[in-house]
Amino acid sequence: MLIIGEKINTSRKTIAQAVEAKDVAYIQSVARAQVDAGADYIDVNAGTFLEREATLLPWLVETVQSAVAKPLCLDSPNPQALVNALQVHQGEALINSISLEKERFEALLPVITSRPCRVVALCIAATAMPTSAEERIDVACQLIERLTEAGVALEHIFVDPLVQPVAVDVRMGPAVLDAIAGIRQRYSGVGTICGLSNISYGLPARKLINRNFLALSIARGLTAAILDPTDRELMAGLFAAQMLIGQDEYCAEYIEAYQKGILGASQSNP
Amino acid sequence: MKHLSALSEAVIKGDLEAAGAATQKAIEAGIDPQTILDQGLISAMDVVGERFAQGAMFVPQMLRSAKTMQSCVALLKPHFQAGTVSTKGIIVMGTVKADLHDIGKNLVAMMLEGAGFTIIDLGVDVAPEAFVRTVSEKNPQIVGMSALLSTTMPSMASTIEALKQAGLREHVQVMIGGAPVTAKFAEEIGADRYAPDAGAAVATAKKLLNIT
Repeated sequence: MLIIGEKINTSRKTIAQAVEAKDVAYIQSVARAQVDAGADYIDVNAGTFLEREATLLPWLVETVQSAVAKPLCLDSPNPQALVNALQVHQGEALINSISLEKERFEALLPVITSRPCRVVALCIAATAMPTSAEERIDVACQLIERLTEAGVALEHIFVDPLVQPVAVDVRMGPAVLDAIAGIRQRYSGVGTICGLSNISYGLPARKLINRNFLALSIARGLTAAILDPTDRELMAGLFAAQMLIGQDEYCAEYIEAYQKGILGASQSNP
Repeated sequence: MKHLSALSEAVIKGDLEAAGAATQKAIEAGIDPQTILDQGLISAMDVVGERFAQGAMFVPQMLRSAKTMQSCVALLKPHFQAGTVSTKGIIVMGTVKADLHDIGKNLVAMMLEGAGFTIIDLGVDVAPEAFVRTVSEKNPQIVGMSALLSTTMPSMASTIEALKQAGLREHVQVMIGGAPVTAKFAEEIGADRYAPDAGAAVATAKKLLNIT
C-alpha cells in the first residue's frame, strides 16, 4: 500500500503561515515527521495562494526534497504550477491530478508525458461529476485508455474514483467502493488512490468515518491513499486492514508497527 | 394552529408522509396556502437552519427536511392563485466557468428555497456572460457563485467585472462560497459577502436584503 502524506497543504493554517514566512525549518519538520511515520510520497499543495501558487509550489518541492529523499505528490489543478514544480523535482513525481475535463486534460497531458512520472487520474468527465459507480468506472476506462495510448505505463496510473460526502447521499460510499473494485477488475495492473476526508464532510466524528472508509476501500482493492500518516489510529487501521486482506506475510508489518509503537493512541511504547 | 405545528414538526423531522398528510389537512381546513407556506414550511426550515448552525442537526437532516418541504410546496402550488406566491427575493445561483462541482451549490439552493427565496439555478460551468444575461433578464436581488477549485475562483472576479461592464453590478448583491473561497477573497474581488456553508448562506441572504 502506497502512502502519500497529506499534511503540507496551505489550506492548513500552520502550513500557510510557514509558507508565507518562508519557514523552511517548519515545512521540513512536517515532511520528516510524515516520512518517519511511513509516507512513501509527500504531497505538496499551495492552491490557496492562487496566482502565487506557480512560484510557491516549486519552492515547496525544493524545501521538502532538501530534507527528505522521497518523491513528491504535486497537488494542483494549475498546469503552470505543475510545470514549474516538476522542473525542480528530483526523481519521479506523482502528479495530482488529470481528469477528462477538456481544458485540464489538454493542458496536462504534455506535462505528464514530458518526463517519467506517475499520475493520479481523477474520475471527472468532460461536463459533469459522476453520479454512480458505473459512471466512475466508465470515466476511469476512458482515462486509462487515453493515458496509455499517450505512452503512460498502466502501473504509473492511479485512478481516483472521486470521493463525495455520504452526508449528501448515502449511496456515495458504495459508488466509490464499487468503482475501485470495478476498475481493478478491468485493469488489474492499474493503481487506485483516494483522499479520505471528503467522505465524512458534514458529519460528526469524521475520523471514525475516514478510518472505516480506508479499511473498506483497502478490502475492495485500493492501492494508495492520501492521508495523515502521523494519525496513529488511522495508520493502525491501515496496517490491520492490509493484513486482513492477506497482504502482510506472517503479519510481519503489523507486528513491526505494533513494536514501533505506531499502532493506535493507546500504545505505551516510547 | 395545531395543523401548522404538526406540519412544522414533520418537516423538521424530515417525515415525508406525515408532512404530506399534514399539508393536505391544512388545505382542507381552509387555511390560506401562503400561511401554510410561511408558518408551516418556511418557519420549520428556519428552525432547521438554526439547529444546523448550533451543531444539533447535520447535513443529511438538512437535506431531508428541505426535500420534505419541497414535496409539500408541490402539494400547495395548485392552491395558489396564479402569481400570488410571495417570495423573499430572486437569487441566481451557479458554479463558475470550468468548474463542475455542484454538491455545495445544490445544498445552498435547497436551503435558500426552504427559506422562501426563488432560485434560478444555472448549473455548473457558468460563464460570466451567462450570469450577466440571466441578471438582466430576471432581475434577481442576489447572485450566488460557487467555486471548488483555486483555478476557477478568478472567474468570480470576472463575473463581477462583467456585471459592472453591463451596468448591473449596482442592482444585485453578490454572495460567494466554496471550499477554497474566503471572506478575504470576497473582499478582494468586490463581492458583497462570503458564506461558509448552506446554513450561513441563508442568514447572509436575509441580511443582505434586510429580511428577518
